[in-house]
This record gives sequence, structure tokens and C-alpha cells, in this order.
Amino acid sequence: MTTPNQVLSEVEYDVIGKRPVRPDGVDKVTGRAQYGVDLELTGLLHARVLRSPHAHARIKAIDTSKAEALAGVRAIVTAADLPFAALSREDLGNDYNRFKFLSDNFLASDKALYRGHAIAAVAADNAHIAESALALIDVDYEVLEPVVDVRAAMQDGSPLLHDDLIHTSAMGEISDKPSNVASYMKFEKGETAAGFANSDVIVEREFTTASVHQGYIEPHNATAHWRADGQINVWCSTQGAFVVRANTADVLRVDVSDVRVTPMEIGGGFGGKVSFYLEPVAALLSRKAGAPVKVLMSRTEVFEGSGPAPGSWMRVKMGANSAGKITAAEIELAFEAGAYPGSPVMQGATCAFACYELENGTVSGYDVLVNKPKTAAYRAPGSPQAAFGVEQVVDELCQKLGVDPVEFRLNNAVTEGSRKVEGPVFQKIGLVECLEAARNHEHYRTPLEGPNRGRGIASGFWMNRGFHSSVNMTVNPDGTVNLIEGSVDIGGSRASIAQQAAETLGISYEDIKPQVVDTDSIGYTMVTGGSRTTFATGWAAILAAEDVKGQMVERAASIWDVPSEDVEYDSGVVRHKSQELSFTFKELARQLYTTGGGITGTASLDPTGEGNSFGVHLVDVEVDPETGKTEILRYTAIQDAGKAVHPSYVEGQIQGGAVQGIGWALNEEYYFSDNGQMMNSSFLDYRMPTSLDLPMIDTVIVEVANPGHPYGVRGVGEVPIVPPLAAVANAVGHATDQRLTNLPITPGSVLEARL
Amino acid sequence: MRAIDYVAPTSLSEAVSVLSANGDRARPLAGGTDIIVQLRGGRRELDVLVDAKTIPELNQIEMTDSGLRLGAAVPCYEIYQNQQVAAAYPGLIDAAGLIGSIQIQGRASIGGNLCNAAPSGDSIPPVITLGGEAHINGPNGWRAVAAENFCTGPGRSVLEPGEILVGIQIPAPVANSGTAYLRFIPRNEMDIAVAGVSSSVVLDASGQTIQSARIALASVGPTPILATAAGDSLAGKAASDDAIAEAGRLASEAATPITDMRGTIRQRHHLVDVLTRRTLNIAIRRARGEE
Ligand SMILES: Cc1cc2nc3c(=O)[nH]c(=O)nc-3n(C[C@H](O)[C@H](O)[C@H](O)COP(=O)(O)OP(=O)(O)OC[C@H]3O[C@@H](n4cnc5c(N)ncnc54)[C@H](O)[C@@H]3O)c2cc1C
Repeated sequence: MTTPNQVLSEVEYDVIGKRPVRPDGVDKVTGRAQYGVDLELTGLLHARVLRSPHAHARIKAIDTSKAEALAGVRAIVTAADLPFAALSREDLGNDYNRFKFLSDNFLASDKALYRGHAIAAVAADNAHIAESALALIDVDYEVLEPVVDVRAAMQDGSPLLHDDLIHTSAMGEISDKPSNVASYMKFEKGETAAGFANSDVIVEREFTTASVHQGYIEPHNATAHWRADGQINVWCSTQGAFVVRANTADVLRVDVSDVRVTPMEIGGGFGGKVSFYLEPVAALLSRKAGAPVKVLMSRTEVFEGSGPAPGSWMRVKMGANSAGKITAAEIELAFEAGAYPGSPVMQGATCAFACYELENGTVSGYDVLVNKPKTAAYRAPGSPQAAFGVEQVVDELCQKLGVDPVEFRLNNAVTEGSRKVEGPVFQKIGLVECLEAARNHEHYRTPLEGPNRGRGIASGFWMNRGFHSSVNMTVNPDGTVNLIEGSVDIGGSRASIAQQAAETLGISYEDIKPQVVDTDSIGYTMVTGGSRTTFATGWAAILAAEDVKGQMVERAASIWDVPSEDVEYDSGVVRHKSQELSFTFKELARQLYTTGGGITGTASLDPTGEGNSFGVHLVDVEVDPETGKTEILRYTAIQDAGKAVHPSYVEGQIQGGAVQGIGWALNEEYYFSDNGQMMNSSFLDYRMPTSLDLPMIDTVIVEVANPGHPYGVRGVGEVPIVPPLAAVANAVGHATDQRLTNLPITPGSVLEARL
Repeated sequence: MRAIDYVAPTSLSEAVSVLSANGDRARPLAGGTDIIVQLRGGRRELDVLVDAKTIPELNQIEMTDSGLRLGAAVPCYEIYQNQQVAAAYPGLIDAAGLIGSIQIQGRASIGGNLCNAAPSGDSIPPVITLGGEAHINGPNGWRAVAAENFCTGPGRSVLEPGEILVGIQIPAPVANSGTAYLRFIPRNEMDIAVAGVSSSVVLDASGQTIQSARIALASVGPTPILATAAGDSLAGKAASDDAIAEAGRLASEAATPITDMRGTIRQRHHLVDVLTRRTLNIAIRRARGEE
């Protein structure tokens, strides 16, 4: 047998690549870590949100008088309390739609656009009173026909979500007819039609995927205190405190400096906590009540009122010649935006063929409004759906050509210098290395035997992100270093950033004390998301550490009274280049306060050079022919991490992504009634995989250093959710001799395909 | 959720009098894994919960020559950890061991499963095929109801206001008999049966001929269903694939499923057939002492 987790390293470091204990670990396993729900403040009120029971309805009137009369109720807000209510189209001009959509998703003004859409909120002495008060609010709805399917929403005559507000914008042109299609985009490279004409085999299929939720364990929560001096303090569960600050200030029409956001510990986000729903509502309630207000979502509210990943429809066509080279490829995607524009269809389109060297290709996408919650980011937004289609079509091409699916992918793999359909040229990337690792893996080399079994393979791509990060680093007299950062720690980033700081300073990991702080206490830092945090905030830590090193050199030079050019910093020691003079980091730290004062290193940056990520997954399944149930027998996920700063957390990201992808493939879906009601808004009926549904996910970390980062780091959190949908579908396809093109591939759908 | 009263009676008569006094505003609380979830979710409103766990008769497991007397509030884990019960009634253990999860099984009772009267209640089919009887006490004294007659609709049972299920009586297993329960769920845990089937058989001494059989179904009708024709079709037949296939077909016919988010009518009919065949095979092997 092989080791379940392999790391194929190119370079060894002292701290980077090791697996130290995470700084937040003890607090988390002992239940001491402070999450939003744990927050207690003097005079705290508790709020609940009233949500639309209808998927599509006009709000004719809201009567809160009975609720206001209930003892213990302290404040009630509706959309009428948001600044949008007092602004006219003239006031807002070109910003009208953007501002209306932003505002309406916190509290609906004229229309409820999905079941679960927030209508009103009540703050009371306790949550039970708040709940009782919700039942006393009368909302007069004119119920409208909903549309919850992307293709239906694109039809002429479909119910319109935004009456006359949305007109399809396509390649700079705006149509004159109102529509649910918010935008259309298209990219082309080469001559697609000619490419197909030169192919020996062509496969073309349509695919659909269901809306799925990120399924983070901690529901959304927010506490706000709008103080008498105008300062708004917010505590919440978010992936990006600065995003909450900016959008809260925007929707409330106050200055960003009036809002201070403290990110509490976070119980998962997976992209879904880049979006937020409660903070401005809590702030409005707080202003009315004159007290801090905490508001929590239930699990049902999370499903119905927070962003799922979009359901989609796709048509994929690919052609190859008998030499096994792809000659042309085409994909058309339609993604559900939910209630407001902004699905990740663009990302889906740009990821679709990213694993393949394409001479000729066309990608196009539609962003389509449906009566579902506004979609939110979910790990590699858009890419898993696209891969579900493309990787199955590739699999079928391999079947038709009779070639090995890994060889075919190697034969067509993108490498440094390859140009994507929409333009960008790849820097150094590790797809070939991942495919080679797959080919060499014991899993792949062991034939799969037995009836009703199938093996699937799929690859996946995510671009990763740079964006802004800031770090402050203060040297303590005991030689430890406080590392102050704005990146919320979801997957172990306190550790992976501290490791990069320790490596740079040449001191021990344990001597770095990382702390995630509020928006007043650190420079601008973008969300923990986009697989950017270990890359970008890690880089900020490296630069702050370099700043500290420079100041330590200056200080030693001044103590020794020598020119600083004669002093160097080497592996945690400051020494004179030619004389027998040196300080260890700790020795010098002890003297700082008496030799000129403390030292603080700082860095704020907005790096480019994020390395793209590729992954290749292998899965063996067995399908019970009588029940249609798929069992995952074995799973191996291979991924280029550039440099795995903390391999255990990289493995955790890979395993977590694979598991979420398996759930997406087999069981997860928003199940809607005919009138657009979600029927399965609980973890009982929204079936994410449990530990009993999965084998151990084996991993292989491939390290093709990213030339765009000092330690070669690439983001790792997103790409592992890209291949599983297609890998599982390919495996089930081989096990059953049926190609299943609609997600999820439930036992029922496998069975129905046979009965 | 509103504040409600909680009563912990120490005797059956005290429980019955509290229940009688409050009519349909009071209900017993066994493990609470159904009722508390329903109350919190706003699917049920009550004034009083009467704890069944403090009444001695409802918390005893007794094995005698005449069979098992299972207190209505005994949690699943106590049932499957009882060696005698586990050896005698593997079909009941099939169900007790799969309700919810380890945590749920620490609380959930068979009595609660029966009184909750969900069509999907996993323990109800094996209690039916094992010939279980519900022993009920109330303002008018005692009565006994066969398990297959206990549920009258989704969430409804024969219990009248003021009545409480005290225990379930299951006859002692006869020689050469075996029982099994299987359900179909898309995951391997934490799910509600798309369909469930329990089969029990009594074989002759040679182990080749089926003397009698009972088959009961879950999740394919408004109540658990005793598929009488399917069970009777096996009486006197050799324990063959053909006979089993015929019973599967008849069981499938007895099902009256609906299409909902958990499955379609067609899928459910089909699954009843599959699970009937599978449980009959297990029951036969158990009757032969092969497993
Ligand atoms: C996470 C989870 C998973 C679950 N999984 C399953 C599953 O896999 N299969 C399954 O079948 N069920 C499942 N359930 C439902 C539930 O656990 C079972 O129905 C369980 O057997 C109920 O038993 P209880 O003792 O908790 O009942 P309670 O919740 O205490 O009571 C259930 C009902 O019966 C009434 N009642 C209880 N005792 C008496 C009595 N002595 N006399 C009269 N009425 C009484 C109560 O008033 C209530 O209406 C699950 C529940 C949860 C929360």
C-alpha cells in the first residue's frame, strides 16, 4: 500500500512545510473560542427576521402595529428604515439599480423575490418575544408566479423578477426589452467551426446542475451597536471584515470610518460568508432601540435566505482528431444569479477549458435571474459546474477514441505560455506534474475489478487571487513577535502566515503570536477567499518581517556604533560582517526599549503573481444496480500547491473540497415545490455526506513552485471542489454504462434511468 | 418556542391523571427526539410535557418465557446492548441500531417511534412482523392493540387523550424463525427511509420450507403497512428464489406510496420489491442459524 498522503517537494525550508499545532487550536477544542453567538454585551437585545413565505410576491403593505404593542418589543425595522426608501431615481441616477439591489437584499422594499427574503426584523428583550412578534406583523402580499429554473427564466413570457429594470447587456449593447437575462458574454479564439470540421470525433451534450449550499456549520449572525456618537460597532461571522464595513457603510449611507467591524471566530464560510445579510439590519434596530442588538439565523434561514451556489444549464461540444488532440471546443453556460444579477458565470466560462491547450474555442455565458436567494460564492465559484460538463465530454471523447483518459489529458495539457480562450497566458503551472502524479499513483495503476464498479477521473482549474493584505508585527522584549492581521482564519491561516513570518525572521514558529483584529486596528485586507490568504497575507507577513529585520540591523548598528551596511541579518541572528559582534533575535529584542524604543514592522500590499492551481482526482465507485445507490470505494486527490506551507492544512483543504464535491455530485440539491418553496431546508433533508458515506480521501500534494511568491505558494482552497462532480459522474457512467448529465446523481435518478 | 410546563410523574396513575386533565394540550415525553424537534420547529403546540422516563413501568426491559416486555421509554441503546434481547430479536436490533445516530439512539425509544406514528418509523415494521402488541393504559384502564393496528394516519394513532403507551409485548421467538429489517436511504446515516421493509419467517425443522411469514413496510403509505398477501404467499412454499420474488412482487403491490422529495412512486414500489427480497433472504438465513 502507499502512504495515504504524499508530498512531492522540490524545496525544503526550516518552518515552511512543517506541521506545527495551530495557534487557535486549544481555544477551539476546549470550546473557549468566541463565535458571534457567544458575544454578550450589557443591555443586549435579541432580534429575529421575518421572511417571505412566497417565492415571488409584491409587498403591498406591512403593518407592524400589533407587533410593536407586544411587551418586550424594542424596535421593528422594514425597508422603509433603509436610506434607499428616502432616495429617488433622480438622487441615485446610474447607481439606482445597484443601490436598490444592495438595499433590497437586506430588507425587501417593493417585492419579495425568493422564499426567505427578509421583510422585517424585530428586536426584543429576548429571542422568544422577538419570534412571537414576527407572527404579529401583517404583510399584505400580492402573490406572483415564480420562476426557479434557469431555462424557464430565459423564455419569452417568463415571469420577470425586476419588471422593467433589467435589460440584457451583451458585449456592450443593452437590449430594449426587459428580461431575466442580466448579461451575456462571449469569448472566442481561433476558428471554432473549422476546428470541428477537422475533428474525427465530436461529442456534444447538455448538462444541468442543481442549486447547492456551502453548508457551513455556523449560521450567519451579527451584533451591532449604533452608539449615540454615531459610531457603529459590528461583530459578526464573516470572511471579510472590510467588505462588511464597506457595504454596511454604503447601504446605511454613513462613512466607512463610522463603522468598525470585529470579525469573530468563524465556523466555516466556503465563500458563502463573503456575502452578508444581517449586519445593517442589526445596526438599524440598534439605532431605533438605543441598545446593542444581536440577530441570528436558524439553519432553515441559512438555506432559504443566504446565497447558494447557482444551478446551471450547459451545452458542451468538443472535437478531437484521431491523434488524440482536441481540435475545437465550445461551451454555452446559463447560470442562475438568483434574485439579483451576479452569478459566477464569467468564472465558469473562463475556467471551462483551462486545462486544455485549445487552438479553437468559444465560450459564452448567460447570467439569469430566478426566484431564489442571490447566489453567493462557493469554493471556485462557477468552475465545478463547468468542469462537470467539460470533463464528462472529455471522458466520452477518450472512450470514442479508445485512449487512456490521463494520457489524453497529458496530450492536451496547458503548460507555461499556453493562452486561454479569453486571453490570459499561463505562467509556470503544474497541470502536467499533477497528471503524471496521477498516472504514477498506485491507485491508478491498480485495475478496478468487480461488477457494477467504475473509475472516474477529472481535472480542474482555479485561477486564485492576490488582492490587498496588511500585517503589523511588533517585537516583544521576550523575543516573541505579535503578528497582527486582518485575515479571518478559516482553514488554519494563522498558522500558515505565522510560519512564513517565522521562516523569514529565522525564529521559531512558537515565537510568533498571530492575532486577527478589527477594521480599525489593521490596514485594508480583502476577504479570506479566492484562495488568496496564505498567498497574499503570507506575503504581507514576509514583507513586515523584512521591515523588522531591517530595523533590527539598524538598531544593532547603532548599539555597536558601526555603519548599518556592515551589519547583516542571518537566520535569526544580527551580526557584524567582519567583527565578532552578534545578537540573537532574543538578545536584541530584550534591549530594544532601552536602546531607542520598540520595533514594529508593517506591510500593506496588493500583489499580482498569484499562481494558478490545478487538481486531478481519481475515484472508484460501486453502484447498487437494484437501488441506484453509489458507494465511493476509493478516492485520490492530486493537487499542485506550489509550496505547501502547512501540509496538513493543505490536505484538509483538498479533502474538504473533495467531500463537498462528492456531496454536490451525489445528493445535494435545493428541492423546490412547484410554487418555488424549498422543501428540504434542513441538514436532515439537504443531504451533505457524513463521515459514514466516504472513504478516507487520499491526497498527493505536488509542488511546482509559483514564481510569483517568495516561497512559491499557490492558493489551495478552491480547486479541490472542481474535479469531483465530473470524476464521480464519469465513474458512475462507467459503472452503469449510462451517462448521467443532471446533478445530483441520486439513487432515484440512477434508478429512474434504468426502470 | 413558548414556555411550557414539564411534569415528571413517578407513577403511571399520576401520568394518566395529568394527561387526562390536559387533553390534547399534553403529551408524553420519552426521548424527546421527535417531540422536542416538533415543538421547536413550530409544528406542534402544547402546554404540558409529561416525562415518561420517570415512570418505572415504562423503563423496564423484561425477558420471560412468554417473550419480551419492552417499556415504552427504553432508549434504543439499552435494547441493543441487552445481550438476551439482541440474541432473540435481531430484526428489532436492525431497527434500534439505525435510528438516527449513536447520539439519537442514546435517547430515542421504540415507544416514541411507534407513538410518533410516522409512516417512516423504522422500528414499527419489525415490531409488526414480530407480532408486537401495544399495551396501553388510560382513564378507562388497560387495553392491548396489535402493532399493525396502532398507527391510523401520518402522526396519528389509536391513542385517545389521556392514554399512554406503557410497553410493547413481543412474543418469544419460535424455533427456526428469523426476522430482518432494511431501509433504503441515499446516505448511510441520518436520513428518513425512502422505503423500509421487515420480513419474518418461520421455517420447518429442515430449514427448507417456509411455514409462515410476515412482511411489513415503512414509508410507502400513510401508515406502516402489514403486507398480508405477500407474507401469506410464502406459507408452505420452499424457501426458493421464485417464492421470494413472488413475495417481493406482492409486497410492492401492497405499497401505496406518494412522490415527494425523498422518492417517486415508481422508485418506492421498486424498492419495496428489492428490500422484501433482501430481508427475506436475511430472515431465512437467520432462521437457519446461518447468521
Ligand atoms: C437527528 C434525528 C434522526 C432521526 N432518525 C430517525 C431514523 O433514522 N428513523 C426513525 O424512525 N426515526 C428517526 N428519528 C425520529 C425519532 O428519533 C424516533 O422516532 C424516535 O424513536 C422517537 O423516540 P423518542 O423516545 O425520542 O420519542 P419522543 O420524541 O419523546 O416522543 C415521540 C412521540 O410519541 C409520544 N410518546 C412518547 N412516548 C409515549 C408514550 N409512552 N405513550 C404515548 N405517547 C408517547 C410523544 O408525545 C411524541 O408525540 C430521528 C430524529 C432525529 C432528531
